[in-house]
Amino acid sequence: MTDFLLGHFVYWSIIALLIIGLYGMMFKNNLAKKLIGMIIFQVSIIMFYVASAVKWSATVPVLDPATGVADAAKYISPLQHCLMLTAIVVGVATSGVAFSLAILIYRNYKTLEESDLLEHMKSS
Amino acid sequence: MLHNSPALVPLLLLATAISIPLLAIRKEKVAYPVTMVASFGSVILSSYNVSHVLRNGPLTYHFGGWFPPIGIEYVLDPLSSFVALVVNVIAFFVLWHSSGIQKREIPGKSVPYYALAMLFLCGANGIIVTGDLFNLYVFLEIFSLAGYGLIGIGEKQAPVASFRYLIMGTVGASFYLLGIGFLYIVTGSLNMADVRNILPHIPGNPAVAAALSLIFLGMGIKMAIFPLHGWLPDAYTYAPSTSSALIAPIGTKIAAYVLIRILFFVFGVEFVSRSLPITDLIAWLSAIGILYGSVMAMAQNEMKRMLAYSSVAQIGYIGLGIGLANPLGYIGAVLHILNHAFMKGSLFLVAANLRKKTGQSDIAKLDASLRKKLPWSMAAFTVAALSMIGLPPTAGFFSKWYLALGAIDRGKWVFLAVILVSSLLNAVYFFRILEKVYLLPPPQTTGEDAVPEARRGWGSVVGEEQYSLMLPVVIVSFSLLLIGLGNATIVKEVIQRVIPLGM
Amino acid sequence: MTSPEIYSSALPFYAVVVSLIAMPLILLSSRHATLREFWTLAASIVKFSLVFLLLPGALAGRIAGFTFWEISPGIALALKADQFGVFFALIASGLWILTSIYSIGYVRGLKEHKQTRYFASFAVCLSATIGIAFSANLLTFVFFYEILTIATYPLVIHKETKIAVAAGRKYLVYTLTAGVLLIAATAWTYKIAGTLDFRAGGLFGDASFSPGAITALFLLFLCGVGVKAAVMPLHSWLPAAMAAPTPVSALLHAVAVVKSGVFGVVRVVGFVFGPALMRQFGLNIFLATVAGATIILASLLAFRQDNLKHRLAYSTVGHLSYIVLGAALISPASLVGGLLHIANHATMKITLFFCAGAIYVRHHKEKISELDGIGRVMPWTMGAFTLAAIGLAGIPPVNGFISKWQLGLGSLQAGELLPLAVLVLSGILNAGYFAPIIFRAFLKTPTVPYEQGEAAPAMVIPLVITAVLSLLLGLDPDLFFHFHRLAVAVSGSILGGIGQ
Repeated sequence: MTDFLLGHFVYWSIIALLIIGLYGMMFKNNLAKKLIGMIIFQVSIIMFYVASAVKWSATVPVLDPATGVADAAKYISPLQHCLMLTAIVVGVATSGVAFSLAILIYRNYKTLEESDLLEHMKSS
Repeated sequence: MLHNSPALVPLLLLATAISIPLLAIRKEKVAYPVTMVASFGSVILSSYNVSHVLRNGPLTYHFGGWFPPIGIEYVLDPLSSFVALVVNVIAFFVLWHSSGIQKREIPGKSVPYYALAMLFLCGANGIIVTGDLFNLYVFLEIFSLAGYGLIGIGEKQAPVASFRYLIMGTVGASFYLLGIGFLYIVTGSLNMADVRNILPHIPGNPAVAAALSLIFLGMGIKMAIFPLHGWLPDAYTYAPSTSSALIAPIGTKIAAYVLIRILFFVFGVEFVSRSLPITDLIAWLSAIGILYGSVMAMAQNEMKRMLAYSSVAQIGYIGLGIGLANPLGYIGAVLHILNHAFMKGSLFLVAANLRKKTGQSDIAKLDASLRKKLPWSMAAFTVAALSMIGLPPTAGFFSKWYLALGAIDRGKWVFLAVILVSSLLNAVYFFRILEKVYLLPPPQTTGEDAVPEARRGWGSVVGEEQYSLMLPVVIVSFSLLLIGLGNATIVKEVIQRVIPLGM
Repeated sequence: MTSPEIYSSALPFYAVVVSLIAMPLILLSSRHATLREFWTLAASIVKFSLVFLLLPGALAGRIAGFTFWEISPGIALALKADQFGVFFALIASGLWILTSIYSIGYVRGLKEHKQTRYFASFAVCLSATIGIAFSANLLTFVFFYEILTIATYPLVIHKETKIAVAAGRKYLVYTLTAGVLLIAATAWTYKIAGTLDFRAGGLFGDASFSPGAITALFLLFLCGVGVKAAVMPLHSWLPAAMAAPTPVSALLHAVAVVKSGVFGVVRVVGFVFGPALMRQFGLNIFLATVAGATIILASLLAFRQDNLKHRLAYSTVGHLSYIVLGAALISPASLVGGLLHIANHATMKITLFFCAGAIYVRHHKEKISELDGIGRVMPWTMGAFTLAAIGLAGIPPVNGFISKWQLGLGSLQAGELLPLAVLVLSGILNAGYFAPIIFRAFLKTPTVPYEQGEAAPAMVIPLVITAVLSLLLGLDPDLFFHFHRLAVAVSGSILGGIGQ
């Protein structure tokens, strides 16, 4: 049992991040804080991919003349890293759009508090 | 001839999306014709793809010459080519119609609007043709980000609605990403066909079940399946009319398509129905969603919001078809993707015309003067409404017919009852509008109609402002009759070709 | 009985589509009243001629079939002009000619608004009715049935008053609900039988049922077609729909729409379930009970109506159930009687409605209590009214007697006395609620002298024709249209199915 807990500590921390992110998105009233929650949430998933690529006693997937290509098992899996580069780009784009929307909202309503916004939306 | 045609449509749209801002630096007016040319091109290409696939079988394209499972593969089978054609056709009509609307609702923003629209369609086409799970995620995000933008450029409340959609949408996409992460760890592949072949060799792995539930959750949000639909009504209501007309027919349907693709063509019917009661869950949620959406639609006083809730209900039909997990349900679901795209497209276009003409779309303010002001739009609305109710010979009848057959086939009488009851609820909220539009005398008139009946001639666009606002609406809604009458051809030639194995 | 020979012919298709073609022509000529009316009349005459051309074949046992295309995998949209279809189509299309002439007089007399919509909807309704008559399978039937529902709606709300709109809502609630139930029943039937083609004697073949399932299926069908057939307690849309203009009430609410419902009942009993299944599970007894109760209750309710059209509507409810009763008894004579009553009730009731419309157009009177002495200024109209009323009470020599006689014979053949008693009682009640009208019209002196006389010839001539037709069909049921021969053939084919 302890082995199970300790052996997967990376995953436990990822799950913790995931939950923190979800909490931020669902329970925070301020849109900026929601956004932070969203970014934490995305990061946790990126971490998950990266963690899944890890191998003990293997090196980064960059061709090392000392290691050669004969034994591919000596490199950690490169695919997850490539995928996550793309996912990071996607995440940055998402945050960008989200921030610009938040700025627009602030210009329109002079507040980022969701409860206030809902009232303004009803009245207008 | 065009061996690389699977990749052409997304690339064409992507190139257009990038070149519109560049071309339109000097002249804003260029954006519209460029968009129309690209959109028309995508229609032509996807019709070519459909005919090619139906004649010669599935078509694949491998990016950079890398073969799967290493490289990214684009696959056109009858299902994907068909859905792509539906999306591109409906988008073509909405974009054609958009020129008159965007000038009024989003003045000065035509360049970003058209660029985003192209990006949105590029994402949609990419999602449809890709055979790679991660590539799908990337396209999904392109598609969604463009969608947030399209909604956000609307009226004052639009950014808020868009922001909430963005949060929900990102959660959905992230769940999807997490799901395919699990799948990758277990199978070591991201190619859909490859994963399909590997999965049977690893029975009973909890990670696969987790992947399935995460992907369902993610797509459920994007698809707005009850109770994950919270983002939809505001987003559709506050978006510019022409954006809602573009997103409503396409947005949720794409997610439904992904769900069909992954449930039935990656996991496979046996696995899905054996490992988790996920199809039953989808069916029940959809059934509740159908009733909930219909009841909420009845309670709305704003036409776009009513149509938005009606979308929640309609997506339930597709979900129900998926959840039945038998051939007839599958036929109903895929056919309803087509039907609902055309019905909702036409209804939202009418709402746009209404807002253009009268400045608002409050149901309480509708009256019989509209049948003089917008005779063709209202005729189109009537046809689309009859189709939503599901009366023959319109298209809507047939999706319900196949779903009803599917429900009976599975012995699920509750779902049959839901389908029938929702028809009646649809009738209530559509006839409420039709009654006003055709029968409620307008207030404060002298009793004499502005346009005497005898003056109304055939062929003239009395009241309708321009052909680009009238023709797309009329074509889309009247093609519902053609789809209805010709549905057997579509079902036999296209949908039944790819009934998932094991159904 | 030899099985009928089916040949491919586009005639049924033309018969259906001719008024559908007339619709855009009517819309196009919205500025020219005369041209619009010309199209209506032309379409009705062409339609009737086409249907009439099918009659010799049907009598000889040669059936014209026409298949459009597959509409759902394995199910085609198909037409088949069998004897029953031709029978119904003849009545509907024939009376459309008279109604068209009458309508022209009516709308001109009242200077009605939106005449274009009126005539266009009428044309679509008739297309749908003939489509129902010629449907070769259940799905095609459902198709035209729903089109009829929608096409009738603009006619029900034609006056656009509050009452009319409320009536329209009621009408939609009833008929759309019925429509979805019918669709459910059709889908279920397809699941069980694997086919939807109407077959005399039942289409289920050897399929096995649990009693619960077949009762549920039958109830679905009964609710589906029973609403249009105004079987109690599903009837209340019909009196409400009297808010429509009188020609609409005359043709649609006495002939086309309600008879489509009754036609559906007979199709379901004779061509979907078949006599054997009906008897095996006691469904016919249930149906007969409902029909019998409707006959008596509707006749009683008719007494309470002071509005002439409402009294006629309740009378219609009662008489429709005669036909349902005929179908439920499933004996040779009862089927013949029920079928003949489709034709006979049509000619008689349309006469009565025509009369009510003529009175309304000329004197703006709708209530029975206002009709004192009207027979003196409108002798032709009230004469026709009297003739038709006598017929409905079942008194010879008008045609109502023939169908009632056959129904009575049929109930004896079925070994039941109760239906006979119902028929006799209903005859007395019919006489009871029509007698005061005739008494007032001819024997009372008017309180206020009438200023006008008869209605326009375009209205009086059709109603005299239908009255005379009722009389002639009473003297010789095989006259012109061979209704009797057709009815016997249909009855034979339904019952012949048992032995096969």
